[in-house]
Amino acid sequence: MSTASFSRNESRYFYALAALGLFVVFLGYLGMHNMEEHGHIVSGMNNKVVWGLPHVFAIFMVVAASGVLNIGSIGTVFGQTVYKSRTPLAGIMAIGLLAGGLAVLMLDLGRPDRIIIAATYFNPTSVFAWNIFLYSGFFGLAVVYLWTSMEKRMYAWTKPVGLAMFAWRVILTSGTGLIFAFLVVRQAYASALLPPMFIVLSFAWGMAVFLLAQAAMYTWNDKVIDPAIQKRMKNLLGLFVVSSLYLVAAYHMTNLYFAKQTAFEMFILRDGGIYPLLFWGGYVLIGSILPMALVYLPGMGGTKSIVTASSLVVIGSFAFLYVLIIGGQAFPLSIFPGYEVSSSFGDGAIARYIPSLPEVQLGMGGLAIAYLITLIGARIFKTMPHDVAVVATKNPD
Amino acid sequence: MNETNLDRRDFLAKSSVGLAGLAIAPGMLLYDLAHGRPLGEAASNKVRWGMLIDNNKCESGCTDCVTACNTENGLSGGTKPTDSQWIRKVQLKDNFTGRISSLPMMCQHCEHPPCVDVCPTQASFKRADGIVLVDKHTCIGCRYCVMACPYQARSFVHEVLTDQKPEVPRGKGTVESCTLCVHRIDKGETTACAEACAKAGHNAILFGDLNDPESAIAKRIRAVTSTQIRADLGLNTGVRYEGI
Repeated sequence: MSTASFSRNESRYFYALAALGLFVVFLGYLGMHNMEEHGHIVSGMNNKVVWGLPHVFAIFMVVAASGVLNIGSIGTVFGQTVYKSRTPLAGIMAIGLLAGGLAVLMLDLGRPDRIIIAATYFNPTSVFAWNIFLYSGFFGLAVVYLWTSMEKRMYAWTKPVGLAMFAWRVILTSGTGLIFAFLVVRQAYASALLPPMFIVLSFAWGMAVFLLAQAAMYTWNDKVIDPAIQKRMKNLLGLFVVSSLYLVAAYHMTNLYFAKQTAFEMFILRDGGIYPLLFWGGYVLIGSILPMALVYLPGMGGTKSIVTASSLVVIGSFAFLYVLIIGGQAFPLSIFPGYEVSSSFGDGAIARYIPSLPEVQLGMGGLAIAYLITLIGARIFKTMPHDVAVVATKNPD
Repeated sequence: MNETNLDRRDFLAKSSVGLAGLAIAPGMLLYDLAHGRPLGEAASNKVRWGMLIDNNKCESGCTDCVTACNTENGLSGGTKPTDSQWIRKVQLKDNFTGRISSLPMMCQHCEHPPCVDVCPTQASFKRADGIVLVDKHTCIGCRYCVMACPYQARSFVHEVLTDQKPEVPRGKGTVESCTLCVHRIDKGETTACAEACAKAGHNAILFGDLNDPESAIAKRIRAVTSTQIRADLGLNTGVRYEGI
């Protein structure tokens, strides 16, 4: 298609993309309605695997929301101008991703109609309750942050607000990690490594979704990104992927060292069927090694490589969360260490879980909310990054 | 003129006091009434309800406690992974010695319940007398308590329920677990599982007040070695086992 015909029809394409997003949101609504009407019996979840695919989607979005704002932090807190011009897009994406993630979490509740109770009855010892506070604060702060980075009169405030946002993000992602880290009886989760691991994972996932959105925006606006900027960003993605892999390795290595955790690690890493497959194939190979190759190998690192690498990081993140969340619950609790146990309630047995369509719909609906907010926000606020003297058109004639 | 004014001030002052009294009195009255419970004494921390389960007396094939619990609380008795099971029989085989035994497993009514700690809305709560319960009106169905319970004692209601027992509130989309038959305890009765076990002639479940030194359970706990399951977690469970 010629550039001229694209420009003429640009708004039509925009509405088509928005309609597509809305359609997926509608499918999500249908999934939610189905679960609300019949109960979680229509989901694949059960009394052993109580958090399923919706939580994989939701936690991906919540973690990525925090991570994508890292782009803003690098700009405003650490003074990198290249990243500064990308703060508005990062801010809108963060709001979108958090909204999508929270929508999924909320609509997956057994009683979503009672969500107001989460605000009126507050349990100070519950990390869930802290997170409700952290998430609302994130929204508020992200809006103020966007305002200070887009409104000239507010520029003076960008740095302090950016700093507050940075601190808030670190606490929020730690809070997400703590949801699991505080589950002292679950072999998969009781580890102080989880909060820092989630923070580093958030950097990688946030960078990946940002690079995807950025690539789409440059293509849409028929611009090419300055290769020097692109190189910096892809190297940073690579660094985050390597760092995540390091923390994930440290988490599994420490577990392997504790005799009481060995059986669980063997399940996740070797014997557990789908879980080792997703861990090694999905997270390690597709989500980490291949993206690293695409970023660092000589001759790689162009736009196509970066888009592929970012997509693979996102795919890998879903595999990672599936293993952590669902694999972690599928392995039986150690209620009677030293005994072989069995019961009508699945004691001692590996729990079965097969995701159902309503769960997929709900998760995809959440992603579509994030996509729609980014799509519409990016258009309204004109978040196209302007790099000084380097924005060039592909077809100068 | 002055006198009239004084009268008026006096009248206003007295009537304000009167009105304030009228406004406060019903509240005071209700507050006073709230101390009393129609079923006798209010739940108090002077009492700590608990159970002592003798693993040696628990018959391997017997599930009378499970059946009694289901009947008492209106549970379907189904054993699909999505069905509620408030009490279950666990078969144990010692990895080292090969000794086989079985025991009933349910909410252990911890003094420091992880489910209460993690519940965002305080729907999971511990009553003064040690019974851990779920407030069906404030449970939002997040299932964090199910994740946190070390004993896999909680179930999530996956389906619409019909024909529930009025004294045992349950509902789709909320979490539930053994209530220690709180509705029976408040009437001065024992739990359904303990009653059924005694009726079957096993007497493996001893229910009572752990705080009362004269109670049978307190005497027995003083006399024999009893165990808390996952004692390493430091939860101080209200349900204890002997013979494991």
